[in-house]
Amino acid sequence: MKKYWWKILCVLLLLYTVIGGLLMEVPRLHILNESIRNTFFHVPMWFGMLTLLLISAIYSVLYLKTSSAVYDRYASELAKTGSLFGILGILTGMIWANYTWGSVWSGDPKQNNAAIALLIYFAYFLLRGSLKDPQQRSRIAAVYNIIAFATLIPLLYILPAQTDSLHPGSGGNATFSDIDMDNKLRAVFYPAIVGWTLLGIWLTTLGIRIQKLKDNLEYTD
Amino acid sequence: MLFQEVSELLKKEITIELRQKYALSGIFLYLASTVFICYLSFNLQSNQLNPITWNTLFWIIILFAAINAVAKSFLQESPGQLIYYYTVAGGQSIITAKMIYYSTLLVGLGLVGFAFYGLVLGNPVENIWLFILSIVLGSIGMSTTLTLVSSIASKAQNNQTLLAVLGLPILIPVLLMSIRISKNAIDGLAWSDSYQELAVICSIDAIICTLTIILFPYIWRS
Repeated sequence: MKKYWWKILCVLLLLYTVIGGLLMEVPRLHILNESIRNTFFHVPMWFGMLTLLLISAIYSVLYLKTSSAVYDRYASELAKTGSLFGILGILTGMIWANYTWGSVWSGDPKQNNAAIALLIYFAYFLLRGSLKDPQQRSRIAAVYNIIAFATLIPLLYILPAQTDSLHPGSGGNATFSDIDMDNKLRAVFYPAIVGWTLLGIWLTTLGIRIQKLKDNLEYTD
Repeated sequence: MLFQEVSELLKKEITIELRQKYALSGIFLYLASTVFICYLSFNLQSNQLNPITWNTLFWIIILFAAINAVAKSFLQESPGQLIYYYTVAGGQSIITAKMIYYSTLLVGLGLVGFAFYGLVLGNPVENIWLFILSIVLGSIGMSTTLTLVSSIASKAQNNQTLLAVLGLPILIPVLLMSIRISKNAIDGLAWSDSYQELAVICSIDAIICTLTIILFPYIWRS
């Protein structure tokens, strides 16, 4: 019980998010209408992705400090789940944009930069794939992972803030804090963030266990 | 001690470059032919290009010339050479020397490129000094990133592709900011309109430089 209480918490929070998020009353806003419910599914993907990638970068720093293979495995699996969340974030955003902005991809700065962020992490996996020696792979991948995360911050936060975006909350569009994010929405939004992030960590722990078994198998062969 | 090492290594880079002049002239020729191909492909008289297209095209040319120029920084060095450096110098001084050298090279490349590009395709830039500043800041960011990525790529097979794939997405923030500043320069906006962008690109450059100096010894060791 001590070990898996957070998994139960994760399931409960996600059940609450899905049921509450789809059934509760939401504020009526122009253009957004019912699609505002995407706040509970699309936005937490980005929070989850950033949290996972941040932890991944921290493990990479730890790897460089200690050279322990465990940290490298954590970093790579966290980056994998982080990228998965990024892909889901883009997909949920695209479905939403199709109905609210009129097209799947409208070249919004946040859309573009999210796509670039994914490219960076795909390059990270390519780099891991192209290095044969395990120790060298871990060390070089850790270095690239740290740089990747350092590039992510200006990409996702500083650059889009300087141009107008179609996203709610920028360029004069309705934002979380003033109109639509009333307390009812918050009651589902915050649990949703925690729930999805916990799910990400859960997925990662499964990935780590699979990877560990694979590594052991290679070792005994 | 560190300063002395860096200056010795810098001297070494310059000497090697001067001994193989074909490499250096190759990069400049690459730049010149690309500019000329663009001119012929657009098939136009000078000053007919839309300023936004002009600007973007310039930066794309500089970007690819930079990738070609920096690619050789580690890829061309033989394993024996690297082992020799390892015995005589620290990783941090090696990367600092390379960063200084390639930044200077790219700034030079950018300025020559700008002069030639402006000559052939027309020069719509109103605020020349701001444009030059954007070239300098952009080149520093690009050369630092590419030097580090080149050292990463040199450890793996399939070097050239890996260099582009790893380098391009990380270069985008620097590239976008330089394009934005040089657009301001083309429009002849006052300096104060670009302060924010200049601050952002300076901080990105600073972050990349610091990370490169801190992280390079780890790549170096493996």
